[in-house]
Amino acid sequence: MSTQASRGDIAAFDVARIRAGFPILSRQVHGKPLVYFDNANTSQKPIEVIDAVDRFYRETNANVARAVHSLGEAATSAYEGARDKIARFINAPTRDEVIFTSGTTQAMNTVAYSYALPRLQPGDEILVTTMEHHANIVPWQLVAARTGAKVIAAPITQSGELIVEEFIARLNPRVKLAGVTHVSNVLGTINPIRELAKACRARGIPLLVDGSQAAPHLAIDVQALGCDFYALTGHKLYGPTGTGVLWARKELLAEMPPFFGGGEMIRTVSFDGTTFADAPHKFEAGTPNIAGFVGLGAAIDYVNRIGLDTIGAIEGELAAYMSDALKSVPGLRLFGEAKDKAAVFSFLIDGVHAHDLATLLDHEGVAVRSGHHCAHPLMQFYGVPATARASLAFYNTREEIDAFIAAIAKVRKLLA
Amino acid sequence: MTAQPDLRLPAETSAQAAQDAIAEEFAFFGDWTERYQYLIDLGRKLAPFPEALKTEEHKVQGCQSQVWLVASGDARRLDFQAISDSAIVSGLIALLLRVYSGRSAQEILDTEPSYIAAIGLAKHLSPTRSNGLAAMLQTIKAHARAALG
Repeated sequence: MSTQASRGDIAAFDVARIRAGFPILSRQVHGKPLVYFDNANTSQKPIEVIDAVDRFYRETNANVARAVHSLGEAATSAYEGARDKIARFINAPTRDEVIFTSGTTQAMNTVAYSYALPRLQPGDEILVTTMEHHANIVPWQLVAARTGAKVIAAPITQSGELIVEEFIARLNPRVKLAGVTHVSNVLGTINPIRELAKACRARGIPLLVDGSQAAPHLAIDVQALGCDFYALTGHKLYGPTGTGVLWARKELLAEMPPFFGGGEMIRTVSFDGTTFADAPHKFEAGTPNIAGFVGLGAAIDYVNRIGLDTIGAIEGELAAYMSDALKSVPGLRLFGEAKDKAAVFSFLIDGVHAHDLATLLDHEGVAVRSGHHCAHPLMQFYGVPATARASLAFYNTREEIDAFIAAIAKVRKLLA
Repeated sequence: MTAQPDLRLPAETSAQAAQDAIAEEFAFFGDWTERYQYLIDLGRKLAPFPEALKTEEHKVQGCQSQVWLVASGDARRLDFQAISDSAIVSGLIALLLRVYSGRSAQEILDTEPSYIAAIGLAKHLSPTRSNGLAAMLQTIKAHARAALG
């Protein structure tokens, strides 16, 4: 995923103006300017997204696909318009392959229960990697427990890169599904999805990609990637919480029974039997998060306007600066030094607990995450209970990185 | 292996007296760095916790950091020993033990942790947050209930 913006794009990038468009970035925490370095957890929202949600409730609110009145039509068109935007954003061949979910977790569970569960036999395997988020482990374990299948993991190197040949070596005929994160939420590693997809395809094994951490930072083209399922979440993509997407090939969706049943997902219902609507509606029972998806549509417009090439280039420069800055901190151990990585930095400092560091940094206005990052197997691999994690977005600045490094020096004295 | 808790008399004669004393000590501090520094120092002075007791059985679930807690005694007097791998949480443990360790089961059950608000860090260290204070308190109260039968 090489995304190169031209020099002109970066030179024209006015971070002060960008930041002014994110209201929360100008607030203070404990009397200090907020330094928000928890973007991999959730991103902040530009005013366009906040306004779109606000405007929807003020001017357009109605339920979708049910009413013929003006508001109903307008709400449906705004909601379905977001589906068109997302389809283009990930280069889906058709909008009908874009299923709205509450987030990546629901997308994974939809694949687990609608695709994997009916197919799995005792002895079958689902292949993941050591660096997966629990959302790409636990749903498979739940369906594996019900079918006698098992979840296996391909190993990674100490520097946090997937060992591709080990992954491919595990693609045996028992494997019915493979699931890999596009970008690791802990290590920032960008996985070689095209290569993995090619290997899976050659063996007839569908590949699911967890794009939660990729979509905010890289241009996604599901057709070029060659995967079969792609999941992403809206709230990391500068959109509202409670929005997510499952993209899947239409032939797979056609074979998948619905996971949730209810209104809006049927063709006919009688007590003798029910027939279901086609995808995507078959997988969207009940009233969806309409305002949320309208907001996500606005987020995608926003990202397109800035340009993912520009975002990638700015974040690349910030990442290089951050990497050098962290190397200047005595006793700091960085987790994840893949050649191809996003601006995510997991680390520990000698003699300092990650929670203590994050708790005290908060008093300096710096928001970082500490903990296991929903990746227990990865923590076990490195033999640590937790790490601190600073994750950047294009609206962060070098000055914030300087403030963060100064804050580390200050709180470290307290813990020394 | 059994725990060797600190069986000296508690610094204060009642849980409430301990809470009052803690509130008074923390009232002296100006900014948050001083409060945390004091808290962290208290954690460092915790009685050493035997490595052999750092087992799953003694781990307090529901803390983001690792916390181990052992109890000894009976309904007349329960003693607790605990430690965390986090310096801040160890400080919180020191305060928790000062209030609740060496008390009767009934006194433990009757005592609500008012000192948390009094130390001026409540926004950060309230029992609803991830520091595990709520889980530790629950564990201590569960031991007290079990001791009363």
